Amino acid sequence: MSAVSITEPTSRAKWVAGSLVCLYAAITLLPLLWIFATGFKSPADAISYPPKVFFDPTVEGYVNLFTTRTRLSPEALAELPPPANLAEEIVRKYDMVIAGPSRFGERFLNSVIIGFGSTFLSTFLGVLAAYAFSRFKVPLKDDLLFFILSTRMMPPIAVAIPIFLMYRTLGLSDTHLGMILLYTAVNISLAVWLLKGFIDEIPREYEEAALIDGYTRFQAFRKVVLPQAATGIASTAIFCLIFAWNEYAFAVLLTSGVAQTAPPFIPTIIGVGGQDWPAVAAGATLFLLPVMVFTVALRKHLLRGITFGAVRK
Amino acid sequence: MAEISLEGVSKAFGDTVAVSDLTLTAPDGAFVVLLGPTGAGKTTTLRLIAGLERPDRGEVRIGGRPVTNETPAERNVAMVFQQYSLYPHMTVRENLAFPLRSPLLRTPADVIERKVKEVAETLRIAHKLDNKATALSGGEMQRVSIGRALVRDPAVHLMDEPLSSLDAKLRAELRIELKRIQEELGATLIYVTHDQIEAMTMATLVGVLDEGRLVQVGTPREVYERPASLYVAGRLGQPRINALPAELFAGAPSGAKTIGLRPEHIRQGEGRPAKVVRVERLGDQTRLHLTLDAHDIVTLTDVHTALEPGDTVAIEPRNPLFFDATGARIG
Ligand SMILES: Nc1ncnc2c1ncn2[C@@H]1O[C@H](COP(=O)(O)OP(=O)(O)O)[C@@H](O)[C@H]1O
Ligand SMILES: [Mg+2]
Repeated sequence: MSAVSITEPTSRAKWVAGSLVCLYAAITLLPLLWIFATGFKSPADAISYPPKVFFDPTVEGYVNLFTTRTRLSPEALAELPPPANLAEEIVRKYDMVIAGPSRFGERFLNSVIIGFGSTFLSTFLGVLAAYAFSRFKVPLKDDLLFFILSTRMMPPIAVAIPIFLMYRTLGLSDTHLGMILLYTAVNISLAVWLLKGFIDEIPREYEEAALIDGYTRFQAFRKVVLPQAATGIASTAIFCLIFAWNEYAFAVLLTSGVAQTAPPFIPTIIGVGGQDWPAVAAGATLFLLPVMVFTVALRKHLLRGITFGAVRK
Repeated sequence: MAEISLEGVSKAFGDTVAVSDLTLTAPDGAFVVLLGPTGAGKTTTLRLIAGLERPDRGEVRIGGRPVTNETPAERNVAMVFQQYSLYPHMTVRENLAFPLRSPLLRTPADVIERKVKEVAETLRIAHKLDNKATALSGGEMQRVSIGRALVRDPAVHLMDEPLSSLDAKLRAELRIELKRIQEELGATLIYVTHDQIEAMTMATLVGVLDEGRLVQVGTPREVYERPASLYVAGRLGQPRINALPAELFAGAPSGAKTIGLRPEHIRQGEGRPAKVVRVERLGDQTRLHLTLDAHDIVTLTDVHTALEPGDTVAIEPRNPLFFDATGARIG
């Protein structure tokens, strides 16, 4: 039969849809590709006009990102032994030597600690709270849930000054713990609400079956509820990480020396010895990676539908 | 294996009374079937026994021991749920092994292996052991969940309409299989259904529930032949008992409001003339739909009957059941 199926799209429709998706992907990915490419350009190539699509790649941006350098007089340079490695060799071209590591590594590590730490804490507390709200008789449940939601009704930065003062008094300013707690406080309402939605959808019968099969409520939660909430936990964790990872305003305000994260640090690279766009692009590229890797790692759990199948109605 | 008894157990959800003053004893090794329409309180009764609900009043005892304050795990019961039978993130094998792996039992791996295999073979799902629980048909899922109850040796098995989602053939097979397994294990089993054939064929005791109340308990034969009320009489027997005004036929005892006629209570060939409306040939039986003084009557007749719509057939009651104005049986 050559009749038109109503469920199967026609090949023409598929082609149009495919082209639109490709076009959209290209438009979205192009800026990212440009940042990635700029990280491997020389400073001259990075600002050349018209922009260069083809260029000689160099790791100069990355070297500048990770090091501090000092300029030497030609005489002093001449007395030095030949460059020991690729990084030295690149820097010598500008009559400079590497003076030491930059703070980027440190800042990046801070971002990892604070970002993943607060993501873990928000998701962990969120799962427990959401489970309690979903399954138990909590006094004033609706009011509490509304209160939790209401903590996000103002932009967090609106309370920046009280938090700044409070943190100074408590000694939490510029500490990892302080930033983890702050980002957790911001994320927790999203986590509770998102996760409650997911846990509400898991039929109670599974836990009840586990209770009867000889498990305690907590064991039933761990062995039956958690695996089935994997989709919700994964997506919640990704949302929390994206916020904490990208947060800029509080990071500028509350951190400087010890616990500064990458977002406030990356712009400062621009100022160090001219406008070093390749170094900024290198920093941005590295900064993008963790969230991308995390999302890709959890993508299996984001495919919904596996968990809600074994149901007999 | 143990005796289960409920004494004056009641449970309400808000204004809905799900179970009301229920008293029932299931002797050790009994196969008790609770029969009743949807909403009669069958599931709630099982959940009260399992410990998933707390009674508002009354006491549940298992093996003589009051269990009202025990957790489901401590009560040592197995239950097959009406819905949501399997853990969807596990394979069939893991599902079957789950009760054995519980911290209460801590079964050694080789014993688990053996028991899972035995049960899988009994229920004919051995070839699906490594499938994801979600990759099964409805019938297979239900067999696995029955298997999860059979794999261990609890004080009591509770089953909530376990066969209702299966096709007729499998249902008939598993009915026999379940009965055989229960007898072999000597297990006490409380089985909930709205299917009267299951009640009649498997039960050693049938309890009939009506809006949360237990209206009659007895052997299937007692409940069928001597129903306490019109309601109970209507729950058993195919075609359903005909409830007609008592004065339709002569000879009703005093106080009788309704006469109940099962097919075997209707003798054809003598008595009052009834008009044939429809002849329903089911193969193994032929049903006769009659009207008598504007009352519909359904009965059975000779499989190869020559009767046709429009014909007249004389009928009269033979040892019928009589019920008073409240629906209670007389005599
Ligand atoms: N958790 C509950 N909350 C409120 N009402 C309930 C709940 N469980 C059962 N009921 C009510 O109790 C009555 C009996 O239900 P149930 O025991 O499930 O009946 P059955 O299993 O015989 O169909 C029904 O009216 C039902 O709506
Ligand atoms: Mg039910």
